[in-house]
Order: sequence, then C-alpha cells, then structure tokens
Amino acid sequence: MKTRVNPTRMELTRLKRQIVVARRGHKLLKDKQDELIKKFIDLIKENKRLREEVEHDLEMALKSFTMARSQMPQEVLEESLMIPAAQVNIDVGKQNIMSVNVPKIDIHLQEGSNIYSYGLANTSAELDNAISILSGMLPKMLKLSEIEKTCQLMADEIEKTRRRVNALEYVMIPSMEETIKYITMKLDENERSNITRLMKIKEMVM
Amino acid sequence: MSMYKIAVVGDKDTVLAFKSLGVDIFPVLSDREASFTITRLAKENYAVIFITEQIAKEIPEKIDQFRSQMLPAITLIPGNQGTFGIGIGEVKKSVEKAIGVDIIFGKEGEE
Repeated sequence: MKTRVNPTRMELTRLKRQIVVARRGHKLLKDKQDELIKKFIDLIKENKRLREEVEHDLEMALKSFTMARSQMPQEVLEESLMIPAAQVNIDVGKQNIMSVNVPKIDIHLQEGSNIYSYGLANTSAELDNAISILSGMLPKMLKLSEIEKTCQLMADEIEKTRRRVNALEYVMIPSMEETIKYITMKLDENERSNITRLMKIKEMVM
Repeated sequence: MSMYKIAVVGDKDTVLAFKSLGVDIFPVLSDREASFTITRLAKENYAVIFITEQIAKEIPEKIDQFRSQMLPAITLIPGNQGTFGIGIGEVKKSVEKAIGVDIIFGKEGEE
C-alpha cells in the first residue's frame, strides 16, 4: 500500500529521512517492549504467590472471626472493636519502571501499641486470634495491592507498546518502502524517456 | 508526598474484622451503594481500597474503571464466605492482556 505522493526527488529525500527515523523508533520500541515483558513476568509471578498467600491467611483469619462472632453477642463484639487501638497511615510515592509510573506504598504503623482494642474479660480467644493474624497481615496486603496495581499498569503499557511496534513494523515501514520504490521507478522512467527524446531530436537535427 | 488512607469495603460482618487495625471500614448492603462508595472514596484521599469478592463480582465495570489509573489501587480480598477466585482471575487478566496468552497459570494443570 503506497501513499499518494508526487514522484519528485525532493519527496524521495524526505521519505528516505523519514524511514530512517521510523526504523530507529521501531527498534527502540521493540527493545522497550522486551524489557517491559521481562519485568512484568517477574512481577506477575510475585503477584500470584503473594495473592495466594494473602487469600489463604485471610480466609483463616476470617474463619476465626466468624467463630468469635458466633461465640459472642453482636453488641459486645461491636463494642469491643468500636475504637481501634492501632492507627495506620500510608505514604504513596511514585516509582518509574520503564516510563510507567507506579505507586510505591510505605506503611506507617504505630509501633509498640497494643493491637487489642478491648479488655480480655468479655471476649473470646478466637477474636484475639483473628485480630492478631489480621494485624500481622496488613503490610502484606498493602504489598499485594502495590504489586497488583503495578502489574495492571504495566499490562496496559505493554499493550500500548505492542500496538505501536506492530503499526510501525507492519504498516508504516512497508508502506514507506513501497512509496520509495515507486518514486525511484518513476524517476528512472522519466530519465529514460528524456534520453530517448534527446536521441530522437538529435537524429532529426542531424 | 502526602498521607493517604486505607479503606475496606464489603459486607458488614467481614469489614468489622478490619476495624481494629485502624483502617477505615465501609459496610455496604447493595451493589449500588458499593459503587457509589468506591466513587466517593476515589475522590477522597484513599490510596488503597480493599473490596470483598462478593461485592466486587457485582460491580466489575466500576473496578475496571480504575484499572488504568495509578491511584486508587483497588484490591480484591476474599470475604467471610471464602474466595471465589475472582482476585486471582484479575491477575490472570493482566497476564493475558500483556502477553496475549496465559503463561503463568497454564502450568497448574500440568503439575
């Protein structure tokens, strides 16, 4: 598929310059894509592992919690948890992986404070168990959140890059090559017809 | 860098467990309510939103809406009814999107 252009020498030089840029761009993007995929695969493996871990632990914690709920009256349970003992804040920074901005989460836990927000008299041991598992899990959950988001953003970027690489490789570069060929042929043809014309005139003049 | 907050959205019985950790909990009853809550939380200073799979499976389009944004990060967690495999399905979706075929999870069948 060649583009419609005037077969002139100027157009030819312009196209030749353009194709050099396109080829270089293609190579760069291809490298970027390879590197992104390499990083992505490492991350996604980590993501999968972490998710399985978190889901497993969380299920255990919630099972304990459900048990606790069945052993205690609803009001007592809600009252026990009403005022949280811990305070969690997070900092979110930006990290740049291959020109993809991904969040980086830092957790600020108040250290040393008691994780149980209630007295031990009215509550069951199952509740203590659930709370202790959960509070240990929070950093892991945040890490999962961070990695999962990173993977999603990188997947987007990989898709975008792949489209660009393919557009250059299969559409733009072949089309330019064809156009260049067309112009060279046309110019050669003009040259030849010019020579024949000159020869003819020379014959007539002589 | 400013301070961000963490939210847990889900059914009342599940989110209550997270209350003692110091994160903000948002019990929701219907998927409409969940959808509104997420929109609201995204506008406020919440960087991480954990949502239970039971709720998440009712509002997939709302979750997809934030997929390509840096913040907030919406993460699916299993509720007190156990996991439905949606959370891991989201990971799978990322792989398929990026690579075209699923090369990470396909192995499980062979083992």
